[in-house]
Amino acid sequence: MSGLLTIRDLSAFIERRPPRESRIRKSLSENVAGYIFLVPWLLGILFFVGGPALVSLYLSFTNFNLLSAPKWIGLQNYIQMFTLDPQYIASLGVTFTYVLFAVPLSLAGALVLATVLNRDIKGIGLYRAIYYVPSLLGGSVAIAILWRQIFGSSGLVSKAYEFFGLPPTSWISTPSHALWTLIILHVWQFGSPMIIFLAGLKQIPRELYEAAAVDGAPRWRQFVSITLPLLTPIIFFNLVLQMIYAFQAFTPAFVVSSGTGGPANSTLFYTLYLYQQGFANFRMGYASAMGWILLVIIGIFAAIAFSTSRYWVYYGNDRD
Amino acid sequence: MAIISVGTSATTRVPVQQLSKRRKHSTARWILHIVLIACAIVMVYPLIWMIGASLKSDQAIFSNNSLNPFPANLKFDNYVQGWVASGTTFGTFFLNSFLICIGAIIGNLISCSLAAYAFARMKFKLRGVWFALMLGTLLLPSQVTLVPQYVFFHALGWTNSILPLIVPKFFGVESFFVFLMIQFIRGIPIELEQAAMVDGASRFQIFSRIILPLLSPALVTTTIFTFIWTYNDFFGQLIYLSSQSKFTVALGLQSFLDASGESAWGPMFAMTTLSLVPVFLLFVFFQKRLIEGVATTGLK
Repeated sequence: MSGLLTIRDLSAFIERRPPRESRIRKSLSENVAGYIFLVPWLLGILFFVGGPALVSLYLSFTNFNLLSAPKWIGLQNYIQMFTLDPQYIASLGVTFTYVLFAVPLSLAGALVLATVLNRDIKGIGLYRAIYYVPSLLGGSVAIAILWRQIFGSSGLVSKAYEFFGLPPTSWISTPSHALWTLIILHVWQFGSPMIIFLAGLKQIPRELYEAAAVDGAPRWRQFVSITLPLLTPIIFFNLVLQMIYAFQAFTPAFVVSSGTGGPANSTLFYTLYLYQQGFANFRMGYASAMGWILLVIIGIFAAIAFSTSRYWVYYGNDRD
Repeated sequence: MAIISVGTSATTRVPVQQLSKRRKHSTARWILHIVLIACAIVMVYPLIWMIGASLKSDQAIFSNNSLNPFPANLKFDNYVQGWVASGTTFGTFFLNSFLICIGAIIGNLISCSLAAYAFARMKFKLRGVWFALMLGTLLLPSQVTLVPQYVFFHALGWTNSILPLIVPKFFGVESFFVFLMIQFIRGIPIELEQAAMVDGASRFQIFSRIILPLLSPALVTTTIFTFIWTYNDFFGQLIYLSSQSKFTVALGLQSFLDASGESAWGPMFAMTTLSLVPVFLLFVFFQKRLIEGVATTGLK
């Protein structure tokens, strides 16, 4: 098992055409059998993915409250979003800030710890397990509630301030700090990208490091010239995945702010505002438009990652 | 691996210079371990603190000594109080969560394995197109399909039931698992299937008698991750479930928080601690599978 699936694997898979069948009947029965296996998935794509995505595109041009029929209003939802809705703009700002800090910080932490753990350390299994547990638990409501206490008034952080003789501060009710509690929560879950990095590090041939050591290259030099370049496909993979997750974060902001996105919209995640519009105010046309803009944003970020990847992602010598 | 161990294996006569080098080396190791342990403590401290708080009185949680995670004397009342605090007991919430998880697991196992087998082994028209589409859905944020799905389930009269949370899973909507299984099936030697085909086995027989048993590691991974994702999910449950008797653990905790404000942290933390137990146990028993699953596909 080569481990991680890369973009190149995927395109190779798509291009790998099955050999031509000599007998048409056989290929016909293969066709039928293939589609029989694929029926549930195809129905799912139709009814739960593709269909709804198109319907929501239509709804985004309407005024719709679930009770009466959708009313066509053209581009009004989109125009309102960007020109008349300061809360929407705020939610964009909050989400971008979150993604821009949470993703690189957690990836950097993951990379550093993976590199350290990869050096035949005793008890690596235990460390790996301890670092990984938060990624399993971190998305839950329970942890969000814990975070609310830790960073709340008279919470742990506030107590720690007092301990060091500082005035007690509730991060959660301070607009400039509130988003950082959520960024910290994301970074706390660096365990899963760390595991992916570890798997990647195992693939790098030892001989490269030995050769470098013989040539007298210090550790940091080996890291910069061997580890980093050979790990770029995995950094790329982690970056894209983490970005998609981060853009869609919802639970911690909802729990920590009691669904308000406060204080002063400082934790108003994009998805949280979408939820408020769609399911508290029943502006479902508006929520659909927001969903599509989110898709466009994620699409743009993914496109940037993919199109710049050939300048910084190293795929070995067999690159075509 | 073997090469590295040469340097550390003990020998009786060692030049002085090399000895001091080794000593330096081992100090570096010690520092490394101290840093790693410090990191680990920072990581688990919130969890340990929460477990401690679930056994403390509310006064103790807010006392000046609150940074110490270990309770002075154990107080199990919090668990009793928290369990029944919401009118509906947490027993119901756990049961509802488990029901949804089981439904989702069965759905994912069946639908994803069927689709994965077709993609991995069969030749049919538009295979590349469908495959690309499946990759696309990996990038597709669920918010894009959210409203029409809700309208659809609303029209069917399925809101405030667990059906919207289970039924889609029977149609392979979680592409990650299709993916995981395709990867795995591609690693199974094709000769097994060719031999069975020569013996006149049908595609479905090959799938059920050869592929499924060999696929079991991937099926276990799918089961565990489906459980964890479904159990931790909040958004879907928040939207579709509205009466308290249908609430899951996640919704139960949230409504407990809404109802008690921040006045009952002890019972609150008793329930949050309890709510993490199922996922934690899964981790303890299936650690290797989980870590492998993450390493090969980037599941969360």
